Amino acid sequence: MPYPEVMAESVKKVEATRERRLRETFPRLTPQEKKALLESYHPDYRSETFRPLAVGPNAGQKVPNELADLLEAFSRIDPDTFDLSRVDYETDVLIIGGGGAGTAAALTAQEAGTRVLIATKLRWGDANTIMAQGGIQAADKPNDSPVRHYLDVMGGGGFVNIPQLVWALVLDAPLVIRWLEQLGVMFDKEPDGTMITVHGGGTSRRRMHSCRDYTGMEIMRTLRDEARNRGIQALEFRPAVELLLDDAGNCVGAILYDLETEEYLVVRAKSVVLATGGMGRLHVQGFPTTNHYGATADGLVIAYRAGAEMIFMDTVQYHPTGAAFPEQILGQLVTEKVRGLGAHLVNCDGERFIYELETRDAVSAAIIRECTTVGKGVVTPTGMVGVWLDSPMIDLLRGEGTIRKALPAMVRQYERFGIDITKEPILVYPTQHYQNGGIVMKEDSSTSIPGLFVAGEVSGGVHGRNRLMGNSLLDILVFGRRAGVSAAQWAKAATLGTPTLRHVKEYHEQLIRAGINTDRISPLVLPDYTAPHTRIRRLGGVPVG
Amino acid sequence: MSVAIQREVEQVDVFIMGKRYQVPKGLTILKALEYAGYRLVRGVGCRAGFCGACATVYRKEGDFRLRVGLACQTVIEDRMYLTQIPFYPAVKKTYDIEQLRPDADTILRLYPEVTRCLQCNTCRKVCPQDLDVMRYIAAAARGDIAKAADLSFDCLQCGLCTSRCPAEISHYNVATLARRLYGRHLAPPAPHLTARIRELTEGQFDKEVAQMRALSPDQLQTLYAERDIEPEELVPVSKKDED
Repeated sequence: MPYPEVMAESVKKVEATRERRLRETFPRLTPQEKKALLESYHPDYRSETFRPLAVGPNAGQKVPNELADLLEAFSRIDPDTFDLSRVDYETDVLIIGGGGAGTAAALTAQEAGTRVLIATKLRWGDANTIMAQGGIQAADKPNDSPVRHYLDVMGGGGFVNIPQLVWALVLDAPLVIRWLEQLGVMFDKEPDGTMITVHGGGTSRRRMHSCRDYTGMEIMRTLRDEARNRGIQALEFRPAVELLLDDAGNCVGAILYDLETEEYLVVRAKSVVLATGGMGRLHVQGFPTTNHYGATADGLVIAYRAGAEMIFMDTVQYHPTGAAFPEQILGQLVTEKVRGLGAHLVNCDGERFIYELETRDAVSAAIIRECTTVGKGVVTPTGMVGVWLDSPMIDLLRGEGTIRKALPAMVRQYERFGIDITKEPILVYPTQHYQNGGIVMKEDSSTSIPGLFVAGEVSGGVHGRNRLMGNSLLDILVFGRRAGVSAAQWAKAATLGTPTLRHVKEYHEQLIRAGINTDRISPLVLPDYTAPHTRIRRLGGVPVG
Repeated sequence: MSVAIQREVEQVDVFIMGKRYQVPKGLTILKALEYAGYRLVRGVGCRAGFCGACATVYRKEGDFRLRVGLACQTVIEDRMYLTQIPFYPAVKKTYDIEQLRPDADTILRLYPEVTRCLQCNTCRKVCPQDLDVMRYIAAAARGDIAKAADLSFDCLQCGLCTSRCPAEISHYNVATLARRLYGRHLAPPAPHLTARIRELTEGQFDKEVAQMRALSPDQLQTLYAERDIEPEELVPVSKKDED
C-alpha cells in the first residue's frame, strides 16, 4: 500500500463498498438539480474572481481576473518605434501555433495551393493536443447520428453554443475520423476495422474513439509527420507577440519573438491562422492545471488587442479528475476515459455522490461540494483534499487486464510513484483544464478581423459554456482544416496593404484613457515557476508580487 | 483545494550542470530546476509525462551508472547530478504514406541503419516509458509492421534511445513510420464510418438536421432531458494480440 496511513484507512472503506456498488446504479441529475449544483459549487460562480474588462470589444463583460490582467496590459512592442519595413519571413498563410489545430490548418492550406509557414512557441507539437488522452467524438456508429451528437453538444454547453458551429463540428466529425484513418492514425479497432468506442461525460451514445490513452499524442505525431513529409516549415521557439494589420484593417502577419536569440522577427502574410490554444497556465483562481507549459492565452491577448471579439470568457472548464496525490503530479490529468470505462467516484466512506458521466461542470461541482460542505473528502499528508476514483472496478467490470490495455499511460503515470491503479483507487480533485470560450468565429473559422482565422481552444462558441470530452480533439481538426482552407482562399485573393501597429497604439491609448496605470506587459509567453526568493534576487532584492 | 498544513520541509542538495543548489525534498527534477531559479525554455513541455520534451540525464553521487528519465516525472534525490537534454538530432526521412507498401523493404529502404543494431539493449534500458525498443526495431527490420507499431505505440518521442544508440538509429522515427504504415495499410478501414460518410454525402440526415434546427430552445431542452442513454456494454475494451 503506497498510501500513508490516514489515506489507507479510507481505501479500505472504498474496497468494502465495491462489491455493492458494482450492482447499484446512481441516478442522473435532473436539470433543476444540475442548475442548483453549479450555482452553489462551480468555480465560475465565485463572482469575486472575475472582473469586467475596461477596454476592447468586450468592454464591460467579465473575465477571470488572471486573464483581465493580461488583457489590460501593454504590448512588448513599442508601436511608435518598431520598424516593420525589415521583413524576415514572407508567406501566403502564417499559422501561429504548432499544435493539432495549427498543423491541420497547415496541411489543408498547403493542399489548397498556398505557401504556409508555422510559428510556434516551443517545439512543433508541444501543445495540449498531445495531452488529450481519452478520445475523439464522432457519430459514426449505426445507432448514432450527427443529430444526436448535436443534441449532446448543445445540452453539455448549456444550450448557448453557436448552432452553426456545432453543426459544422458534428457533420464534419466522420470526415475527420476518415482523414485521420487515411493518414495512418492507429485507432483502437476490432479486427474487422470496427472502432472500439466508449462513453464520455454527457454522451448519449458510445462515440468516443481512442488510441489507447494516447489519443492526442497519436494524432499529433501523425499530423506533424505528414506535414514534415510535405515540406512544411515550422519556426520553433518563436511565439507571436503581436499581429500586424494593414491600412484597411486586414490581418497581414505577425511579430515573432525568438525565445533563444531574443530577436523580434517580422512575418508578412496574406492571411493568418491563430491556433495558439488556451490559458490553463494562468492558474485561474489558483487551481492547478492539466495544461501544457505554453498555455498562457497569448493568442487571445494579441487578437483582442487587434480588435477581435471574444465569447464565453466568463467560464472555465475544470476537469473533475486532476491528480490530488501524490504531490508531484498535482493537477495532472486523469483521463475521463477512466470513468467512461466504469470507475466510480466515491468519498472518504467509499460512497458515491454523483453519476460519474454527468458533464464535467457538474461532476467538478459535485466533487467540490463533497470536499467542502459535505466534508467527506480525503485529506493528504500535504494538505490536499480529494475524492477517490475507484479505478480497480474497471477490471472487475470488463475483465482482468482491461486497465493495462486501455489505460497504459495512466498505469505508467501512477506506477512511477508506486501506485498500482489496477489494484488501488486514485485521489482526484478538479483542475483547470479548458478555456470554454475564446475568439468568436464563424463556420469557416473567420473572425471579425478580415484575414484572421482561428481554430481550436483559442476560438469560442462551439462548446458553449462547457465542452464535452472528446469534442476538443474533434474541434481542433474540424476547424483547423476549415481555417486552413479559408485562409488559403483569402490569401489567393488578398492584396497586401502596408502593415502597421496602429491597433496596438490605439489599444494603449484606450488603456490610458480607462485609467489603467500598470507596468504589466503581455502576452505572457511563459509562466514563471521559479521560487520567490530567486525572483527577489533577480531584481536586486526588490520583492515581487 | 488545500487545507493549511505548515511543516518544515527537508532540503536536499542537487547539482544542476555542476552547480550546487539546495531544494526541498520530494520535488521532481523539473520543479527542482525551477525552484533553483532556472526559467526553462528548452527541456520542458507538457509537465505531465506526455510530450517527451524534458529528457534528462543524471548520476547519483558515487554511482557509476548514468541514469535517464523525464524531468517532470522523476523525483530528485540527495546529491543528484543532473542536466536537461535541450535537443538531440535525429534522422527523419520523408515519404508519401499513400505510396508506401507495409513491408520490410519500405523500412529498410528509408531507414537502412536499423540493420546496424548491435542488440546491446541500451535503448530499452533508457526508455522512460519502459518500451521494448530493441524488439520493435527488430520487428521493423524483419517487416513485422504490426508488431513494431504495437510495441512502439506508447512512445513519447523523447529521443533518449536515439541519444544512446551505438548504431545511430533514430528509433522513434522508425516507429512513427511503422505505426503510420499499420494505420494506413494494415488496419482495415472502419466499415461503419464508410457507411456514415455515404449517408452524409447522400443527404440522409438533411431532414433531421432541418427539424432540429427548427426547434425552439424549450423544445431542444426537453428533447435533451428526455433523450435515451445507450447502456454501457461491459466487454474488454481492447483485444490486442499477446505474444
